[in-house]
Amino acid sequence: MNKFKKFFYSQKAAPYVFVLPFIISFLLFWIYPLCSTITMSFQDIKPTGTEWVGVSNFQKLLKDKTFHTAILNSFQYMVLTLVLLIPFPMFFAVLMDSRLVKAKGFWKACLYVPALTSVVISGTLFRLMFSEYPTGQMNVITTALGLGTFKWLKMKATGLGALLLVACWRWTGVNMLYFISGLKAIDTAMYEAADIDGATAWQKFRYVTIPLLKPTTVYVLTISVYAGLAMFMESYMLWAGPDSPNNIGLTIVGYLYKRGITKNQLGYGSAVGIVLLVIALAINIVQLVVNGTLGKEED
Amino acid sequence: MKKKVLATLLTAAMLATTLAGCGGGDAGSAPAADGGAAEEAPAADAGSDDGAAADDGAAEEAPADDAAAAEEEIPTATFGDPNGTHMEMWTFVEIHGQHYGNMVEKWNEQNPDRTIEITCTTYPYADMHTKLLTSLNAGTGAPDICDVEIGQFPNVVAGLDTWLVPQNDTAAPYLDTMVKARMDVYSGTDGNYYGIPYHVGATVMYYNLAALEEAGLSQADVDAVVTWDDYAALGEKYLEAIGRPEGKHWTSVDTAGCDWQWIAMAEYGEDWTGGMDGTANVQLESVKKMCTMEQEWVNSGLAMVSPDGHVDLEAGFQNILDHNIVSFPKAMWYMSRFTNYMPEEKGNWYIAKCPVFEAGQKCSVGIGGTGTVVTQQAVDKDLASEFLCWAKMSEEGEQLIWDNLGFDVCNTVLWNDDAFAHDDNNQYNQFFRNYPYDVLYSIKDDIGTVYTTAISPTINEQMCNVTLNDILENGMDVDEALQAAQDVVDLEQ
Repeated sequence: MNKFKKFFYSQKAAPYVFVLPFIISFLLFWIYPLCSTITMSFQDIKPTGTEWVGVSNFQKLLKDKTFHTAILNSFQYMVLTLVLLIPFPMFFAVLMDSRLVKAKGFWKACLYVPALTSVVISGTLFRLMFSEYPTGQMNVITTALGLGTFKWLKMKATGLGALLLVACWRWTGVNMLYFISGLKAIDTAMYEAADIDGATAWQKFRYVTIPLLKPTTVYVLTISVYAGLAMFMESYMLWAGPDSPNNIGLTIVGYLYKRGITKNQLGYGSAVGIVLLVIALAINIVQLVVNGTLGKEED
Repeated sequence: MKKKVLATLLTAAMLATTLAGCGGGDAGSAPAADGGAAEEAPAADAGSDDGAAADDGAAEEAPADDAAAAEEEIPTATFGDPNGTHMEMWTFVEIHGQHYGNMVEKWNEQNPDRTIEITCTTYPYADMHTKLLTSLNAGTGAPDICDVEIGQFPNVVAGLDTWLVPQNDTAAPYLDTMVKARMDVYSGTDGNYYGIPYHVGATVMYYNLAALEEAGLSQADVDAVVTWDDYAALGEKYLEAIGRPEGKHWTSVDTAGCDWQWIAMAEYGEDWTGGMDGTANVQLESVKKMCTMEQEWVNSGLAMVSPDGHVDLEAGFQNILDHNIVSFPKAMWYMSRFTNYMPEEKGNWYIAKCPVFEAGQKCSVGIGGTGTVVTQQAVDKDLASEFLCWAKMSEEGEQLIWDNLGFDVCNTVLWNDDAFAHDDNNQYNQFFRNYPYDVLYSIKDDIGTVYTTAISPTINEQMCNVTLNDILENGMDVDEALQAAQDVVDLEQ
């Protein structure tokens, strides 16, 4: 009993006990799959046996035009979500934090609720909204405006637009919450000081809010880069599966799913996954270095 | 002391929830990811079959709502004798499960010494196939008996007899009356039969005769159609008669399904997979002819492009209900879509054989299907195989398949059996202007075969995602589009 007691009250052991659940789950559900994915990407895995095939999976990826389309789509989507999902949520957060808006709780809830709904259900609804049939919601609207009907989910531009709409609808509230919490952390004395110096509202935003929000912005940027590149569900639901006309909705993860799961080519699918990991890591490391986040402690 | 207990409990709870959370994440996300595909089942490829067979009917949104609701509940039903041998069965269409339920009751009456209890579980389409592949890979967790959709069959049959039980011996008593081609499509590279079919899936032409009659045409006009030229000419006549209003067409061509190309291949006796051990080639004469013809029709307004890609989707049903199109070729299993989703069309539609390019060609092809397999993980492989073959190939089994599922059964003897084919209590016989089996019997020697092999998913995916869209929506040159498709196919073989 004494030993047990000593162990639990030991200042040395306790921290390890507390981080243990994370470490275990991290090893089991992240590191182990990562290692086996790397191994599998050099194999051809068939029901009747596994073969080592060297880098041939990667060589095939270089020639695979569908995969190139998937990378391009994911990249475009990622860049556009960054453009839409950082400035606007930041703006909304500043509004929510100001005295200009009444019934803040209501608006916050409105923006946040989409994040709580099931993508499966909302994706199905969006698919019906964007139906090319004249009775689809979007076509009813464009017809009322005299623009005629569109085959929304068959054209690259409108298809990407639909994906971005789903993304904005879903993530604006979440990113806004991050920014609101960032704003709450800014000392009001800063604004008072700025007021005394005669700063305008714009100057306060530009020279106080934005610099002090930087840690939050970098965090949101980092997760958005990854989320953008790894997007799958939205496109899967919008096109009711990983297939879309001319592959306009195919993403890297969609392609991974298609190869690894539906076609049971786990080796090739793993190679796709590794490429995704490398791209996401590269972009984020560059981004973090440029932002100065890596290599120094936050002060 | 109390504090300490509390602290220990809290730590334990924290650990437990963290780990549970990790595990739970997987389980939670799986059905969600696959939900959409349940609905996609009919769309999956030219090779899908009886995906959406829910009982609700009329409402336009019904199929969609249904799919959304299906995400959450996994219907499970147990039939038979609780003291018998217990079997697990998976399917992706609930009424398929009920079929085994009905058959197991009959089996138990006839075999009191070898009774069976069967639990049928219906999963969403993609979910079921993913689970099956995973459990076969893992060597544990697979059901005794499982439905496998033909488009997915190559992935499953890749495991040959390490995964599946060959059915050659158990199927033998029924083989002489079965359509051989349908057994062949579910065989492995070792030549063994691994899957037992429900139906032929013979393609026929569906005509909205009521609409044609309003336009002054008659059944005799439809019966006179032999070639695709006759068919197009009749279409022109129809469009003339109704004054070519905007949005009204003779038929719709598919960008997300290869049925039209399959029909063309069967007519010329070609097969783009090259057969079981051939080399795939999509640049076939038949495919070029069909694509070119379709493109011309779209340009001339004779045909429209099927909304959402093919007729076996909500938008397709609505298009038919709105009489935007009045004829289309589809496999016979499409009959159940009429009774389930378009009941108000009762009495309007007439079934005829498909036109051909040149008189004397075959005029139909078996499309879609579900092969049912017995896995090596089955508790009693012999019993499961024997029951499966009996349930799907005996006359009793075939009778229930026709009455309840509305399929064109593979037992050719029944096709002109009066009691079977002309039963006026059968809902499909009541629904259509003519007896479906009369059409089937008239084309019994004209049904071609296109194989579903390991390369099929690749061809299908390329055609449905890219090639047909390029040809029919973007007006790309047919040869150019097929060359691009061939390049993709070549990368995989």
